[in-house]
Amino acid sequence: MTDSSAETQMRAPAIGRLDWSPHSRALGFEILDVAKGTATLKVAFRDDLIGDPQAGVIAGGVVTALLDHVCGHAVMMGLDSLTPIATLDLRIDYMRAALPGHGVIAKADCYKVTRSIAFVRASAWDLDPNDPVATAQAAFMINSHAEPKSSAS
Amino acid sequence: MSQSSNQLDALLAGIPYAQYLGVRAELAGDEMTAILPFASHLIGNPMLPAIHGGVLGAFMEMTALAQLSILQGLSRQPKPIDISVEYLRSARGLTTYARADIRKIGRRIANVHVEAWQDTRATPIALLRGHFLLTLKDEDG
Repeated sequence: MTDSSAETQMRAPAIGRLDWSPHSRALGFEILDVAKGTATLKVAFRDDLIGDPQAGVIAGGVVTALLDHVCGHAVMMGLDSLTPIATLDLRIDYMRAALPGHGVIAKADCYKVTRSIAFVRASAWDLDPNDPVATAQAAFMINSHAEPKSSAS
Repeated sequence: MSQSSNQLDALLAGIPYAQYLGVRAELAGDEMTAILPFASHLIGNPMLPAIHGGVLGAFMEMTALAQLSILQGLSRQPKPIDISVEYLRSARGLTTYARADIRKIGRRIANVHVEAWQDTRATPIALLRGHFLLTLKDEDG
């Protein structure tokens, strides 16, 4: 990424290496890399994360959770301050199952941030980034806590 | 117990990740309700606290798979082709329910819509639309 301001340099490790989500810790998500507007996460293979015991592959749902999480992480890396965000929608295409016994890596790029919305795309693979198991596209609301109370249902 | 109910229990018991999340299901005739009791390891945002969006996506995906699995004549688990999740409200620290509606079922592809809610079904917290690849018994091999 082109943004190399001192502020970004200082902020990136502070937010980027921090994972405050109990669920991602429970699944063992590991942050491999972060930069302005981008994040790369890994989930290691574990027997209790299997989706189809016959095939012995990591569950599609784990890939779903990983892609959701990496997209949110990339959005936070794309914002200039710590701001609450909320997923609006997430679309995932599943190309193939992951290889039996393999973990999955996912990388997300937050390619556009407007005043209220961030747009992200992500990809997940087991061995080769050019042979993805799934790709994702998501939109996030920024500053999700700042909604006017009157609009709440 | 009916054959469908047995199939459903066997399916969920056989998916380690479903056990990990704590997903259960209840069957009334051919209508299934999937149940996700709240647990602290499901939290995404500890400040609210709210259930992780990825958990909801995975739970609804599993609901669709479970509803498809009680159809007769499938030789193995359907595979998701694509899913689209819409998040309407934050998922609080409560039990979450989901129901799947098979909108179209062809020879190879099923289109399924899922709705998830917590205390009121009329105010869903998330929706899922997805396509799933089916393997019919006579086509296996």
